[in-house]
Amino acid sequence: MKSKNHPLLGLHSLLMMIFIYLPIVFIVIYSFNDSRINAKWSGFTWKWYSSLFTDRHVMEALMNSLTIAVVSTVVSTILGTVAALSMRTTGSKMRAGMNGLLYLPIIIPDIIMGLSLLVLFTQIHIPLGKITVMIAHITFSLSYVYVIVTARLTGMGKQLEEAAQDLGASSWQTFRYVTLPQITPGIIAGALIAFTLSLDDFMVSFFVTGPSSTTLPIYIYGQVKRGISPEINALCTILIAVSVILILLAQMFLNKGQGQKKTTLPL
Amino acid sequence: MHMIELVQIEKHFSGQVVVHPLSLTIKEGEFLTLLGPSGCGKTTILRMIAGFEQPTDGDIFLDGQKVTNLSPNRRDLNLVFQHYALFPHMTVEENIAFGLKMKKTPPSQQKERVEEALKMTQLTQLTKRYPHELSGGQQQRVAIARAIANKPKVLLLDEPLGALDLQLRKSLQTELKQLQRSLGITFIYVTHDQEEAMMLSDRIVIMNNGQVEQIGTPREIYETPRTLFAATFIGENNIFSSDGRLFAVRPENIRVVREINKASRKGTVQDIVYLGNVHKLIVQLDDEPMNVTAALDFADDRTWQIGEKVGVSWNPLHEVMVGS
Repeated sequence: MKSKNHPLLGLHSLLMMIFIYLPIVFIVIYSFNDSRINAKWSGFTWKWYSSLFTDRHVMEALMNSLTIAVVSTVVSTILGTVAALSMRTTGSKMRAGMNGLLYLPIIIPDIIMGLSLLVLFTQIHIPLGKITVMIAHITFSLSYVYVIVTARLTGMGKQLEEAAQDLGASSWQTFRYVTLPQITPGIIAGALIAFTLSLDDFMVSFFVTGPSSTTLPIYIYGQVKRGISPEINALCTILIAVSVILILLAQMFLNKGQGQKKTTLPL
Repeated sequence: MHMIELVQIEKHFSGQVVVHPLSLTIKEGEFLTLLGPSGCGKTTILRMIAGFEQPTDGDIFLDGQKVTNLSPNRRDLNLVFQHYALFPHMTVEENIAFGLKMKKTPPSQQKERVEEALKMTQLTQLTKRYPHELSGGQQQRVAIARAIANKPKVLLLDEPLGALDLQLRKSLQTELKQLQRSLGITFIYVTHDQEEAMMLSDRIVIMNNGQVEQIGTPREIYETPRTLFAATFIGENNIFSSDGRLFAVRPENIRVVREINKASRKGTVQDIVYLGNVHKLIVQLDDEPMNVTAALDFADDRTWQIGEKVGVSWNPLHEVMVGS
């Protein structure tokens, strides 16, 4: 049977896809281009990728990014999860207010987040460096973890925990054997999102970074100012690939668990 | 011997009375049903006994021990939830063993009890399945097995068959009754289905708006309802008023005659309902704005016409006072 959709609809979605993905496709293609000049295709090569891994500055930026991402992910996942758990026993008025405050960092423009953190750090005399970038990343990642874990907890309801208690489980046993296994996919998804956000963040990091804590996005920005090189294309391609894989994994964890309502990422 | 004793328990939610002061004793091995429309407070009573709600006032005793302030995990009774609340990340076997594991029962005894519960609920074939791989009826059985594996003193059941279709519900009702007999433990059952209550219970507590309307055996409640609500909620009934008093007469006690002069009331046949095992006439009375339902005797082979003038009467012995 023929689809009832208007033929122009298909064309429209095709154009949309091209509009969104064409720039990314170009970066990926040119990262394999043998020629140093972007406009001309002169054959396939891996050499920009291999030269990346021998570049001291790139490796340093990568290490900085990974350290910051790991630390901010661990801390924001723990804090966000604990916040989501404790908010369940909070009174409804208090909860509404706290919810709003916890959602806010998602809505506040990055530039304001960055600027306000910079002002804060200067005011209280914390030298800009890895620590300040970590703190900044924790502040915005925490909200995402909170939102995702809260959604999971809401989907779970109270009955399972009541059943556990009824069967003789103490509060700790209920948490350990019922609540935690039920929300683990949410926690993992939240952690993956936090990691991706930290790895990709430019705007907030730009304000609070110091001389020794250049992250990959900031390094790329610095390089691009001197013209786009094929190495940068390769670096971007890697970042895109890692981000896509992490988000797909997060989505997979969110959908894990039969009989549970499907949740999508609040991105 | 009293297994459960409720002493003047009441429950308010934000200033509103959900359960009016209620005292009730339940015997060991009794099958007691809390019956009433939704929102009548029956589930709240069950949740107070289980420990999920704290009574605003009054006390609860379980097997002679006061449990009013005990948390749910310290009460020697189990609840079968309306939507089963099986743990999705555990197999059937793990679900059933959960309570024993939490109480640190020795493993050999755990195994024994789980097997026993599996056998009683005919789940032996499904031990390694996860809840989402089971049908509604099977999930229901797991919920019951999980509760009885702990050998509780009392089993609480909150509309356990509510989510199942009629056929399955009927067969599980029979199973439940047999299970209760063979276990010999006290069952407290919550339902809004009056037929289910009649079929299963030793005693029924009829509730309405947070208040007890009547407590009695199914027969007492059917034959001598004490309130208007009890009279109309259980089975069909005809409510007449005379001299400011209300009385009820069951359809099977109403006689319909063609000789109008011999009857106490006159009316017109408005509808004829034939359901195989029952044959009913709906008669619109001439002098009062009400319909009378009469269930005809099996031996009755008279043919009736809609619109026909008839007389209805009954033996005064069958009048049950239900209020004024």
